[in-house]
Amino acid sequence: MRKAGKPESGRLALYHALLLGALFAVWYFLTAPGLVSEDFAKNTAFFFGRPVQVLKVTWEWFASGKIYPHLGITLVETLLAFAVGSVLGLGVGLWLALSPMASALADPYIKAMNAMPRVILAPIFAVWFGLGITSKVALGVTLVFFIVFFNVYQGVKEVSPTVLANARMLGASRHQLLRHIYLPSATSWVFSSLHTSVGMAFVGAVVGEYLGSAKGVGYLILQAEGVFDINTVFAGILVLTACALVLDVIVTRIEARLLVWRPKTAETEAL
Amino acid sequence: MATPGSIAAGAPVALAAPALALDRITCTFAARAVAKGDEAGRYTAVRDATLVVAPGEFVSVVGPTGCGKSTLLNVAAGLLAPSAGRVAVFGAPLDGLNRSAGYMFQTDALMPWRSALATVTAGLPFRGTAPDIAEAQARDWLARVGLAGFEHRYPHQLSGGMKKRVALAQMLILDPQILLMDEPFSALDVQTRQLMENELLDLWSANRKSVLFITHDLEEAISLSDRVIVLSAGPGTRPIGEFTIDLPRPRDVAEIRMTPRFVELHGSIWQTMKAEVLKGYAQSRQA
Repeated sequence: MRKAGKPESGRLALYHALLLGALFAVWYFLTAPGLVSEDFAKNTAFFFGRPVQVLKVTWEWFASGKIYPHLGITLVETLLAFAVGSVLGLGVGLWLALSPMASALADPYIKAMNAMPRVILAPIFAVWFGLGITSKVALGVTLVFFIVFFNVYQGVKEVSPTVLANARMLGASRHQLLRHIYLPSATSWVFSSLHTSVGMAFVGAVVGEYLGSAKGVGYLILQAEGVFDINTVFAGILVLTACALVLDVIVTRIEARLLVWRPKTAETEAL
Repeated sequence: MATPGSIAAGAPVALAAPALALDRITCTFAARAVAKGDEAGRYTAVRDATLVVAPGEFVSVVGPTGCGKSTLLNVAAGLLAPSAGRVAVFGAPLDGLNRSAGYMFQTDALMPWRSALATVTAGLPFRGTAPDIAEAQARDWLARVGLAGFEHRYPHQLSGGMKKRVALAQMLILDPQILLMDEPFSALDVQTRQLMENELLDLWSANRKSVLFITHDLEEAISLSDRVIVLSAGPGTRPIGEFTIDLPRPRDVAEIRMTPRFVELHGSIWQTMKAEVLKGYAQSRQA
């Protein structure tokens, strides 16, 4: 059933494009002399850059291939942070959820570490691991870990006691319960948090680069900012946003494939 | 053919040892915030309950809601250790889970991430069956409960009745000697329920197991069973009446309800049950 007031997908895409075009148009006309005075345009261009300039920088990055090593580094950091953080979160989450003693012991520390603004760890990681990839991955891991950890913990705690009793009556050993009940239940929670955790891994990578690095998109932005090259800063933001969107699309695809057993609200199909 | 004794003819040993014997079972729980127990801070759900199921016998336990029927079944399954009393399975004392028993739960116990086929298969690999043999058997069982073609559906894509069929196949594929069923069909509508009851009787008469069937529905109990046991209202539930159901088999659960003997049995069991139901109702209103 189509809800009133919601356009169909083809037309929606057109509206999306129009809205984007309108935003660029507003940006353009507020930063170029013509509609606004020359002084005003100069000022706004200093703070916001000029869209044509920004697109030109972006184009040159890709045309010359200069962006690829930086983008590659940022993506590698993101994926590593995501993978390591997820595995650690899954392991520790399962362990603490299944061991009341360990959970009781760790509880205040977990809460404290979660409450701490962890971005502030970046300088420490830079000292520990240097300015290479490792320090950025470490920062990303601290961000991803807690999202995955809390989801797994919740997932294990919310396994239906009936499903558990049923599996035990069917003859599942402790090890089999872990593999066939706790793990699937926990991973389903991990997948439902994929969007957030991939996003966080990305944030960790870029913030890490921004705070001290020799490569990566965050480094490019930092360099440009140092010489007030606002157009390049915006070009960096544009590239990062596009990347984040692509990652999100990939995650949505993976999620749809892995969570086929999840009930959806509407199951009917038009014939 | 209705008498359980004839089944055991080939196995004289089995006559001596009942399939399941609950001997003076008492279950006391530490009460939560709401203290409604008899002693301060304690709640005794079941007191001195003794109950026996012979091999191949279909026994139903009826009682008012909240009287501790499920507690009794969990004790028989070994999921719950009784505070006092003894459980014996084919003569041997029960220690830990009851490995000879299959359990069908009242609420949905299917793993949401497993398809119907994988759900029915589940128990076999737990017990060491090779995956390909297990799968072939599961296909066979799905067909037997009328779900051929639904192998790859997930629980959320099945109706309530289908889920119950999957759960039934999941239990029966392991060929347990004792079936423990906790109001398995109470969530179904009347028509589906009668279909499921008939199917259960068909499967059961093809391969007679001992069944302990918990229900609050007296008609269901009478139409299915060889024997009906009435429990008192809680707390401190115990059996207060036992009735042999001498209705002929095979039965059709819908038709048998019209027969004079059924009405007669229903009347006499209800006499016993009525006072307890009213007691249970009064308690639930107080709480």
